[in-house]
Amino acid sequence: MGLEQKLGNMGVVTTSLEQAVGWARSNAIWPMLFGLACCAIEMMSTQASNYDMSRFGMELMRASPRQSDLMIVAGRVSRKMAPVLRNLYDQMPDPKWVIAMGDCASCGGVFNNYAVVQGVDEIVPVDVYVAGCPPRPEALIDGILKLQDKIKKEPLTKWQ
Amino acid sequence: MDQSVTTNLGSTVLAALGDAVNDVRIFRDEVTLITTKERVLEVLQHLRDVQHFEMLTDETCVDYYPREPRFGILYQLYSLSRNIRVRVKVMLGEYERTIPTACGVYTAANWLEREIYDLFGITFDGHPDLRRIMMPPGWEGHPLLKENPVKVEEVAFSFNRNRIDAEKPYARE
Repeated sequence: MGLEQKLGNMGVVTTSLEQAVGWARSNAIWPMLFGLACCAIEMMSTQASNYDMSRFGMELMRASPRQSDLMIVAGRVSRKMAPVLRNLYDQMPDPKWVIAMGDCASCGGVFNNYAVVQGVDEIVPVDVYVAGCPPRPEALIDGILKLQDKIKKEPLTKWQ
Repeated sequence: MDQSVTTNLGSTVLAALGDAVNDVRIFRDEVTLITTKERVLEVLQHLRDVQHFEMLTDETCVDYYPREPRFGILYQLYSLSRNIRVRVKVMLGEYERTIPTACGVYTAANWLEREIYDLFGITFDGHPDLRRIMMPPGWEGHPLLKENPVKVEEVAFSFNRNRIDAEKPYARE
């Protein structure tokens, strides 16, 4: 049964503003292009037709931080790149979310050395960690669905 | 490569440069000329002008700690016209971390020497622009020296996971 029929039967739908805004936000997340390494290849294939991230309202990868809601950190962050990443995060308008995609972005992965930041959560606050080296597109989509659930549950008080 | 070419190269260079080359090592048809930091520019100049090694493919450094002399500076040369390669090696002790720059002979040495300075802390006398190239400008120390630890963060297992997590500097909004 389609939504139109349901609406026609009920006449009116009541909800809270919190839920309506959460629903709208969670279904139109614009991610920022932030491919740093091999995980970016998996991010691209998640975007492409086989896995098709636009099913979840995320088809618009923005090249500018000012137009995006979500930063998918795909790959290892070097110490030299860390200030750039923080700068881009600061330029994103609120509300904003971060996914640490892959082991390197989550905890440094195999690069336990001087050149690589041991987890991007030292630089920016991370909402969802996706494990894998690199994660399969299904894993990234799962992480995105987890993030959507999180956004839907965000209370009004957090917006102030 | 033909084996006679490498042996000939070793003996001709040794004959032309005399005591500037301390030793010629040939291993699997690769020629390595061992020289000193006082005579290295002379050797490079001769190889470029007389032996036609027009190209410096790489210049790099090895830290042999705890062996003494500790550092080995390597010049990898390639001759485009003859299609042969040669390696020049200079050993530096623990307390003589300085060597004359090869920028005057090969312009390509500029960035390669900056990289060695950045990662090993070896200074190049007469280098036009000796500053860091790989690490951020404010970086302290030279990360490829053997006194640096191999790992920066303790590997987390179930018995130490909570302590590592408590000490980790997490970012805020």
